[in-house]
Amino acid sequence: MNLAWILLFLPLAVAAACQLVLPKSPIVPLVSTASAVATLVISFLLLGKIETHSFNWATIGDFNLQIGIQLDRLSTGMMIVVTGVGALVHIFSLAYMKDDSAKNRYFTGLALFMFSMTGIVLANNFIMTFIFWELVGLSSYLLIGHWYQKESAADAAKKAFLCNRVGDFGFMVGILMLWGITGTLSFSEMAVPATISSGVIGAAILCIFCGAVGKSAQLPLHVWLPDAMEGPTPVSALIHAATMVAAGVYMLFRVQLSIGTEAFDGFAGTTIAYVGGFTALIAALMATQQDDIKRVLAYSTLSQLGYMVMAVGLLAGEAGMFHLFTHAWFKALLFLGSGAVIHACHHEQNIWKMGGLLKKMPITGITFFLGFAALIAVPFTSGFFSKELILEAAHEKQPLLFWIAAFVAVLTPFYMTRLFVVAFLGKAKSDNADHAHEVSPLMFIPLVILSILALIAGYGFVNAYAPAAPEHAGEFHLNFLFWVSAIALIIGAGAAFLLYAGKDKDPLSIPLFKNRFYIDGIYDHFLVRYFQDAFAAIIHFFDEFLINGLLVGGLSRGAASTGNLFRKLQSGQLQAYSFAFGLGVILVIYFTVFL
Amino acid sequence: MATLNDYLLVSGLLFALGLAGVVLRRNIIIVFMCLELMLSAANLSLVAFSRFNTVNGLPDYNGQMLVFFVITVAAAEVAVGLAIIVALYRTRQTIHTDELTSLKG
Repeated sequence: MNLAWILLFLPLAVAAACQLVLPKSPIVPLVSTASAVATLVISFLLLGKIETHSFNWATIGDFNLQIGIQLDRLSTGMMIVVTGVGALVHIFSLAYMKDDSAKNRYFTGLALFMFSMTGIVLANNFIMTFIFWELVGLSSYLLIGHWYQKESAADAAKKAFLCNRVGDFGFMVGILMLWGITGTLSFSEMAVPATISSGVIGAAILCIFCGAVGKSAQLPLHVWLPDAMEGPTPVSALIHAATMVAAGVYMLFRVQLSIGTEAFDGFAGTTIAYVGGFTALIAALMATQQDDIKRVLAYSTLSQLGYMVMAVGLLAGEAGMFHLFTHAWFKALLFLGSGAVIHACHHEQNIWKMGGLLKKMPITGITFFLGFAALIAVPFTSGFFSKELILEAAHEKQPLLFWIAAFVAVLTPFYMTRLFVVAFLGKAKSDNADHAHEVSPLMFIPLVILSILALIAGYGFVNAYAPAAPEHAGEFHLNFLFWVSAIALIIGAGAAFLLYAGKDKDPLSIPLFKNRFYIDGIYDHFLVRYFQDAFAAIIHFFDEFLINGLLVGGLSRGAASTGNLFRKLQSGQLQAYSFAFGLGVILVIYFTVFL
Repeated sequence: MATLNDYLLVSGLLFALGLAGVVLRRNIIIVFMCLELMLSAANLSLVAFSRFNTVNGLPDYNGQMLVFFVITVAAAEVAVGLAIIVALYRTRQTIHTDELTSLKG
């Protein structure tokens, strides 16, 4: 037994203990938090190790199903992100969920999530990835639906689960295809034989990509992520900003490493890059018209995930993973900051009812500002370095995508400045915001730690711990790319500041963006009505007529009518019985003697 | 002297008469008497077989032994059967089989 196995199974043991042994105990939040901190310590101890541990889980013929742990730079670096954000979110939750009646269930869910996420990161084969992939889906479902008494939360949890299932089906097909092509499921042994045509490989990669589309909420399955904001805010920070949604990018990069970047060269990579690019663009457009502070951040997450996916599609996975690393810190910071704001404003989420919060909550306000600066890529913050590398990759390979990404770099400062100006500057626009005050140390200490990381995560001495980073990450050059992003930043932030400073209501109204391009409506009215309902009608017909009418009902009716037939024999007349008896004897004699 | 076939013919006739009585008559006492008639037919054939099947010049007494058993059992059966008929008459006030149909399914 070694540290890596403890890292994997400690959260599971804690979740099981919380659920089975201590269901009503007040120490559950503390136990769960302690386990998250312990996993963070173990992750630091494991940094830099390159090892594989595995055991056979099931053997079928000559096929071995393994449960294994692969330690390399990618997985240990990712574990730092997962356990680091996880530990801070646990600490933040101690204060945020203090008055929740079901906080034991919440912390058990968090522990289960930590277990599942650790499993994805450490997995050394596809089957294990897939198992834990589904487990994060489950824990995400449980945590989004934490307040299941609210119908919208229950619906959002179902929506998240179903959207993920759609993607996962493609993922499973992709895994089977890759298994067929390479003959192995283990990441380290995967090699594409030269005889396989690039079209088959590309199709397999696109099927694998379906899994990432679901989990990382890319177009067209992005609809679940904004709705997932129904969950408690720390959950949004941990699962729907920093770790689980990044699992799609992580998995794509893992596949890219194991089968080689050449396999992605061609239509598969181009498709992935364009899906990422358009997700970044459309999500950013939608973010400009949202009024809910968490929804703005959710669309911004979508947009940044689009950047990462685009980088992987452009064969610059290192840049994508680097952006994942920096994004995890500053986006977790922004979500936890919004959680602090929501907590202080008595669960008010509409930014048009906030205002003036920077003065009332200076620590939250300043840390939020630092996260905001990193997200809009102000030079020398962490977000700047990573975004620059993605733009550079796009500039080299796909000029069209570069201009899309540059336009997104205008939109990002625009919607974030709008959020910051409306919520934190100006004067209070409601009583709740007027009475807001600074949150407790348990909540602002994680914010301070994250804001420091948001500033410095891009530099070489921190990004050495990142899951992956290009060689020249954290360097600064005054080149064309710098000017493009600097001008984009100034245009976006300046326009938003001029437009929104001192306003009480939104001066812009673009229904198309506000209603999220009507994509949810199309799904509801087209997919649900014509596809799901028609399918349900067919299933209903089978169930009602074939199963119920013919099989179940038919059998019972057959038994009843046979019974009625034989009932006639029971006439109750003594002579009829004796006649039948005599007839039987005669028949027996006839058959034995004469035949 | 009568042959085995003659005895068996009489026995068969007696049995057929008994069976016809059991099947056709409605009075339960008559049915009961016909039942005894069938037993007697069986006894007659047993004795006939015993008489005509000689072992070392003597009749085979196994068959006649069996007849005594049948007579004993028949006597016991008559005792039980008549008691049942008396009890039946007391509860139902009838010994007509057409009216005893409570076993009808």
